[in-house]
Amino acid sequence: MNPAFSVIFLTTLIGVGQGMFLAMYTGHAYSALNILPFETSASFYGVGSMIALVFLVGGLIASFFHLGRPERAWRSAARWRTSWLSREVIVLPLFMGLVGIYAILTYFSWWDLSVYQSASGSNLQLSLVIGVMATLASFALFICTGMIYACIKFLQEWASPLTVINYTLLGVASGFVLATTFSSYAAPELTQFYAVWAAIITFAAMLTRIASLYRNARIKFKSTIQTAIGIRHTKIKQKAMGFMAGSVNTRDFFHNQSQIFIKNMKWIFLTLVFPLPLILLWVGVTYSSSGILIFAFVVQYIGLIAERWFFFAQANHPQNLYYQTI
Amino acid sequence: MTQLALVIDLNVCVGCHACVTSCKEWNTSGSAGYLTDENPYEKDPTGTFFNRVQSFEIGEYPKTETVHFPKSCLHCEDPPCVPVCPTGASYKRLEDGIVLVDFDKCIGCRYCSWACPYGAREIDEQQKVMKKCTLCVDRLYDESLPESERKPACVLACPTSARLFGDVHDPESVVSVAIREEGGYALMPEWGTKPANHYLPRRKIRKPIHEDELQRADNPLNKEQRKPRAPVDEPTLDDSTSW
Repeated sequence: MNPAFSVIFLTTLIGVGQGMFLAMYTGHAYSALNILPFETSASFYGVGSMIALVFLVGGLIASFFHLGRPERAWRSAARWRTSWLSREVIVLPLFMGLVGIYAILTYFSWWDLSVYQSASGSNLQLSLVIGVMATLASFALFICTGMIYACIKFLQEWASPLTVINYTLLGVASGFVLATTFSSYAAPELTQFYAVWAAIITFAAMLTRIASLYRNARIKFKSTIQTAIGIRHTKIKQKAMGFMAGSVNTRDFFHNQSQIFIKNMKWIFLTLVFPLPLILLWVGVTYSSSGILIFAFVVQYIGLIAERWFFFAQANHPQNLYYQTI
Repeated sequence: MTQLALVIDLNVCVGCHACVTSCKEWNTSGSAGYLTDENPYEKDPTGTFFNRVQSFEIGEYPKTETVHFPKSCLHCEDPPCVPVCPTGASYKRLEDGIVLVDFDKCIGCRYCSWACPYGAREIDEQQKVMKKCTLCVDRLYDESLPESERKPACVLACPTSARLFGDVHDPESVVSVAIREEGGYALMPEWGTKPANHYLPRRKIRKPIHEDELQRADNPLNKEQRKPRAPVDEPTLDDSTSW
């Protein structure tokens, strides 16, 4: 496939936004359960969720650049019964709305109603309830985004549960790295908590992404030139695709890069997304340096763009069998 | 239920591209609007087509054969491009099984073209909507056309009659008979898309002839001798009127 930058930015930006929200809510839930010291500057979760919302809006804007007819985008919620894209279109604004409500409730904490008070005096705040809903929406969104790719069974590089797992873990990892950076400014006592989670999730994402690379390197393609034209012969060569000018079939489905470029891209993303941010997190937390933590996030985000580029470029569409030579 | 489809005989197709040009001509001037061509006479021309004829070389020199392979939307019975459409612009007609795009609903997200293993869908780069073969649905039911012309433009154009058109769910239709009796097959059966269009394979017709068949063993003339002929020294009326 030819990677489309609108989709690369959409998937990476909403991944950061979802991960950032999950990080905020994890911190909030831990403190509600008295595992973490309660963040008295209650605006921390609110501002953090607002940052998450900014990334989500950025992703949404990027997605419009992929549409030929963005003015009709509202129609795309129609087929949620069959289309994962339609489901994503519904869940994304739903999630954004919940994050917005959560951000307002936590930022203006006097609006935060107590929905339940136990005998021992501990409170269940409305923001925690909204947060659970937003958390569910966040994971639903990861599933929708991943399934858009994983459900196309003949794109065999994508048609795997690993696609959904990687979208989820990579998104959550980048969000937690951003949360680490943010907390180093807004709540330094939480930096270590977020850094440890960011490292754990980044490491888990590394394992599943490598698993998917391992799987994809060993794919046996079901479609061959023989099944494409239905002729049983071991030696078939295309001599003409029927036209010398370009078409959508020759543009959208071929990345037109050399094998070396692809291979380099793989090593670039493997370095930028996993080991480098892990080292930078460790250095940043050890020396309490916000600058290094920002650098960790930026490096990982650039790496994620490379990762998504590689994800698209690696997929071999069976239609390419019909467009082997001019 | 009706499922209209094409059956393309690879044994007969000569790769003349008449179906391509006829398709383009009809569909670029049809009710659904033009098919964009960009820079048609300049550098890097590009355009939207519903139908292409591709050529493949089978075998190794000198034992090769060239197969010309026309490719258009196969109007799958289980089309993977339809359920992925987020707007419902892509749909399969219940009454005749034609897979169509409603251009007024299409948002141009290209997801359906990703979801078609055959590369049958092409986005129109100017109108920014997805386009595909309509099986000339605007001809099939047009009662202002003579009945013999209520067929896809490609079928009418084919000079060798390599393209058959009909209902593959009717067991006695010309296409069903061809599929059944001439070994018709579907493309990429491994994905379960059940394409309605079928292809008829290359087939060689060989008649084994034994040597004794070259000489008729029981020729009665061998016993009965030839018919007596009239004397040839002078012309007769019989000479000029009979053999």
